[in-house]
Amino acid sequence: MKQAKLKVATCSLAGCFGCHMSFLDMDEAIIPLIEKIEFDRSPLTDIKSLSDCDIGLIEGGLCNEENQEILHQFRRHCTILVAVGACAINGGVPAMRNHFSLQECLEESYIRGLGVVDPQIPNDPELPRLLDKVLPIQSAVMVDYFLPGCPPPAAAFLEIINAVLEGRPPQLDYPNRRFD
Amino acid sequence: MSNDLQFSLDGVSVCFEKGETIMQAAQRAGIYLPHLCFHPDFSAHGSCRVCIVHLQGKTVAACTQPAESNQVVQSNTPELQKARLRLIQLLFAEGNHYCPTCETSGNCQLQALAYDLGMTHYHYDPFMPERQTDGSHPDLFIDRDRCIQCDLCGRASAEYDGKAIYTLSGRGQNTQLVFRSPSGLLGDTNAGADDRAAHICPVGCILPKTGNYQEPIGTRLYDHHPIHDIGNLRKEERGGSS
Ligand code: SF4
Ligand code: SF4
Ligand code: SF4
Repeated sequence: MKQAKLKVATCSLAGCFGCHMSFLDMDEAIIPLIEKIEFDRSPLTDIKSLSDCDIGLIEGGLCNEENQEILHQFRRHCTILVAVGACAINGGVPAMRNHFSLQECLEESYIRGLGVVDPQIPNDPELPRLLDKVLPIQSAVMVDYFLPGCPPPAAAFLEIINAVLEGRPPQLDYPNRRFD
Repeated sequence: MSNDLQFSLDGVSVCFEKGETIMQAAQRAGIYLPHLCFHPDFSAHGSCRVCIVHLQGKTVAACTQPAESNQVVQSNTPELQKARLRLIQLLFAEGNHYCPTCETSGNCQLQALAYDLGMTHYHYDPFMPERQTDGSHPDLFIDRDRCIQCDLCGRASAEYDGKAIYTLSGRGQNTQLVFRSPSGLLGDTNAGADDRAAHICPVGCILPKTGNYQEPIGTRLYDHHPIHDIGNLRKEERGGSS
């Protein structure tokens, strides 16, 4: 009998989508892979609601309240949660704002920034509220596996999915263990 | 004669000369013991603890422990590698290390040890310290976020350059890199860009102001070669190891 496909959900929190791009960068290796997995909620499918999944791949850290909410949803629905990339693991480039207060960051971007016209700090109620500090995802939820890198190489994504399919812990070899 | 001047390191017999430490003898024998704050040209500091070894029931730092005849020393054990991994993770958590933005990435000894020990994440909550940068020097830039307080710059400055400009001040979590000038700025010292101290940092804290970010990924020291194979190298000293 054919093995049930692994359900994979992905999201980008405070990330740049570079990790998603790297996932797709596995070239022809994606063809046998789509025989084994199906995507649930993901920017790759544009499915907006999350059902129970085998793997949740989280790109990006936590920079606002919406990120927190989505992360907790993923934790509730995914058997295995993976922190993907430097931003999810230590906040990454967005966390470089942690040196400054939130107010300083907003003023620098929207009031004093180069070329700003009609300076004002956005305050539409639909905008998610920013957190004081950008945080790694394991500060809020239990994380099962970590894929370091900015972004992690495509082979590292492949390894984590194959490991889950084969019921073993992932083994990232030297070229796939990198922080940049 | 000197036949009794030997000890066992991971089951291999290592010769030493009187007065040598376990680290010095291992280096001469071509055996790599993981380390960060040790450098063969300077006095030992014993602060990073990455070179811990088991010596007859005790855990000691190989860079400060004198070699003695018939010692039985273990270094490459799962327990010690795990302890080293935790030490490296703690160093990452104590500073602010955003490798994708760092000029030293790929040539960094802290990162290389992390790769070698299989580190994928911090294990500890990041401390997120707020540390000052210093761009006051015409040729050098200081990013204290990446300082691991190994005092190699301090030792190079005092013992080699004869200037004693760089040093560490404060205790525990508040320890930080400082410069001996009335203003505390590097630009107000007689630090030179050619000083040994300016080229000794094992991480990306003391950097030249020009010529950065030119090395393509894939050609850097540790892109393909683990640190246990090629040693603690710096960009400028490819070929020699310490
Ligand atoms: S880790 Fe790098 S590639 Fe991934 S989201 Fe962050 S910045 Fe983008
Ligand atoms: S000093 Fe090393 S570990 Fe720290 S950010 Fe730079 S490359 Fe990464
Ligand atoms: S600046 Fe570099 S060499 Fe000096 S103490 Fe910090 S990490 Fe060590």
